[in-house]
Amino acid sequence: MVRPQDRKFVTADPEKCIGCVVCEYACSMVNENTFNPNKSRIRAMRMGPLTNLAVTCRHCEDPACVAACPKDALSQEENSGIIRVDENACNGCGWCIAACQFGAMNMHPEKKVVFTCNSCTDNPDKEPQCVKWCPEEALTFVTAEQLAQKSRQKAVQNLFQTAETPK
Amino acid sequence: MYAYAGKILRVDLTTGKISTEPLTEELAKQYIGGIGLGIKLLMDNSKPGTDAYDPDNPLIYMTGPLSGTMGPTGGNSYAVVSKSPATGGIGNGESHGFFGPDFKRAGYDAIIITGKAPKLSYLWIDDDKVQIMDAEHLKHFTVYQTDKTIRQELGDFYIRVSAIGEAGEKLCRFAAIINDEFRAIGRSGMGGVMGSKNLKAVAVRGTKDVNVADMPKFREFVKLIYERMKGPATKKYKTLGTPENVLVLNSLSALATRNWTNATFEGANKVSGEYLNEHYVKKIVGCATCGMRCDHIAVVPEGPYKGSISRLEFECLWSMGPLCGVDRLDAIIEAMRIVNEYGMDGISIGVVVAFAMDCYEHGVITKEQTDGIELNFGNAEALIAIIHKIGKREGWLGNALAEGVAKAAEIIGGDAYKYACHIKGLELPGYDLRTLKTAALGFSVSFRGACHLRNGAYSPDVKGKVNRFKIEAGRGKMITDESKMYNIIDSLIVCKFSRGTYYDGWKDLANYYTLATGIPMTVEEMALAGDRIENLARLFNIREGKGTRKNDTLPWKIKNVPVPDEGPAKGVCVNEEEFQVGLADYYASRGWSPEGIPTVEKLKEVGLGDLAYIAEKAEQGGN
Ligand code: SF4
Ligand code: SF4
Repeated sequence: MVRPQDRKFVTADPEKCIGCVVCEYACSMVNENTFNPNKSRIRAMRMGPLTNLAVTCRHCEDPACVAACPKDALSQEENSGIIRVDENACNGCGWCIAACQFGAMNMHPEKKVVFTCNSCTDNPDKEPQCVKWCPEEALTFVTAEQLAQKSRQKAVQNLFQTAETPK
Repeated sequence: MYAYAGKILRVDLTTGKISTEPLTEELAKQYIGGIGLGIKLLMDNSKPGTDAYDPDNPLIYMTGPLSGTMGPTGGNSYAVVSKSPATGGIGNGESHGFFGPDFKRAGYDAIIITGKAPKLSYLWIDDDKVQIMDAEHLKHFTVYQTDKTIRQELGDFYIRVSAIGEAGEKLCRFAAIINDEFRAIGRSGMGGVMGSKNLKAVAVRGTKDVNVADMPKFREFVKLIYERMKGPATKKYKTLGTPENVLVLNSLSALATRNWTNATFEGANKVSGEYLNEHYVKKIVGCATCGMRCDHIAVVPEGPYKGSISRLEFECLWSMGPLCGVDRLDAIIEAMRIVNEYGMDGISIGVVVAFAMDCYEHGVITKEQTDGIELNFGNAEALIAIIHKIGKREGWLGNALAEGVAKAAEIIGGDAYKYACHIKGLELPGYDLRTLKTAALGFSVSFRGACHLRNGAYSPDVKGKVNRFKIEAGRGKMITDESKMYNIIDSLIVCKFSRGTYYDGWKDLANYYTLATGIPMTVEEMALAGDRIENLARLFNIREGKGTRKNDTLPWKIKNVPVPDEGPAKGVCVNEEEFQVGLADYYASRGWSPEGIPTVEKLKEVGLGDLAYIAEKAEQGGN
């Protein structure tokens, strides 16, 4: 039994991400066997040359998308936190898309039902391929606690101006 | 056919007629895509002698076979081909970023745009739905404003736009077409052709799949290239970037300064790649599907141009810096920013300003004619002021300079021609050809005029592989061999910065092509395609009266003003005799006649026998 705080999700480091969309192509390649960012579960935003970030599902606690769905088409997997879409129940109304703060719910251009990050559990690769392909090593597959620890380490390092690497 | 869309779109802006036709596998294999296929479509869709600004001159947007795949750099590209308003011969440019893949996903390998819209318009390609939209409200908008406004009014952040600025609308002969803020189809005036058609922009949204022939093997190959892109072949682009060249060329007496007056710049340390990166570069970003990243985004932290932001590469830094005698990076960054806003070629604009400064210093143009601007070398404020005038075609001088140095010299008259540094009408890029003589020969025979990217002839000189102060037999073959490779690079449209990552050269590129398209391609076939493209481009130029020996020339200063700077290069310039020896050597290595015309046997060898009549006519003294 995985505790909720152990759930892992894909996150991008704003200092490293350059908006190159390699992650989008990797995602559509492994999950859809084609090249098409419109079928990617992660989307990179380039707001300007200095403002870039890739965004995907964060497997939230108490996910707004699941709550918003009038068709009960969405459910959250207990262990992984992955949002599962019942493609027969989903009618593509888009309430979940509106509800997600991260824009992580997407409408599939052909199936006309929503789709979102499955942490690559549905494809033969089994581990997040966007993380593997990102040329900037901007993506990590982490728990919320690991993210918090990284931030705390950085804050303390800055405070002490130390070059000592964390143990 | 995989990877290709298999479809060509035709748009007639005069009548509003829009149609499509299939792209055959045979044509695809023979000309690859990008500039190769673009030049073929230009040849087949234009009448001899059509002016570049005539509505009948087709403006051809191209993708490459790899566009839309995750192939690094090949995946993110497009190209434009047309008759150049600067040279009257082949005009072409390639650009990366984010526009190309959407264009392919919309389902097209090429768009052939002819005619002239009755009023300012833009083309809106939404997969199969193609519309000509009103753009009157975008008149004189900067490239960036145009991009932003179109995406807002069409309501989709992910729409990609390739647009011209005011300079293109006003038919500047070195106007650029720009996508993604600062990625340009820069050289040879393609933006002017677009402006002459009353076409402000092409906006695309492509949602279709791009499939490759062998996904597992393609994936493996692409992964390998992404790994190689981590280094060492790409180190330069990821660290100092191309501005590294400033000090390298300066140390070789090859940094053209003050319009080829000097070959070294006393202010080089203040405009070096090292200085730029330490004081101005905020972040290095890159294009879609690229594993290198090379865009050095420079921000001015203080002073009169505080907050100015631009991408900066060597060529433009040089043209608006050392070439104009300007040693202030803040002003160069601001200049680059406004050049992108007006939509002009960052190389040509600097050469044009340096030409005007040279004329001014020699009293060929007066302060009255500059509208009071003190156009001396080194005057950074004057540089910015005159760029605005050229972008707007304001005043007598601004108007003349927007024609490019060759035509401006005719308008100005007198000794102005001596200061006009161009080949075939295209301004010289950033190398002092007096001290890099393989480059001198290579640039003079390039089919788009003065160009370092048609055969990379500067490379053996800079790398010390040859005696760069001499032209001698053997250089012709070097240029010929490299030109074939460059033609393929620009037809696959992979980024030139990535060329070091194809460790097995031709073998890698042929393999890449086949894995994506499923079309068998041997190394020999691919090299032959590279030669075919060069010969076809030459035939086009010959057909237009711009492609024989008499057109392969060097600027007056390169031949007549010896390098005055102390050092090993002192006293060097290109003499006519060695240059003619070089031309003969080059033509022979190409299988061309002494007049620089492809022989019938050569044309048959490369599969262009049906166009031999152009060569035969030229040999008989016609065009
Ligand atoms: S691949 Fe990495 S750097 Fe590129 S957009 Fe995705 S997260 Fe950002
Ligand atoms: S983890 Fe897999 S499914 Fe999720 S965004 Fe990354 S590549 Fe796509």
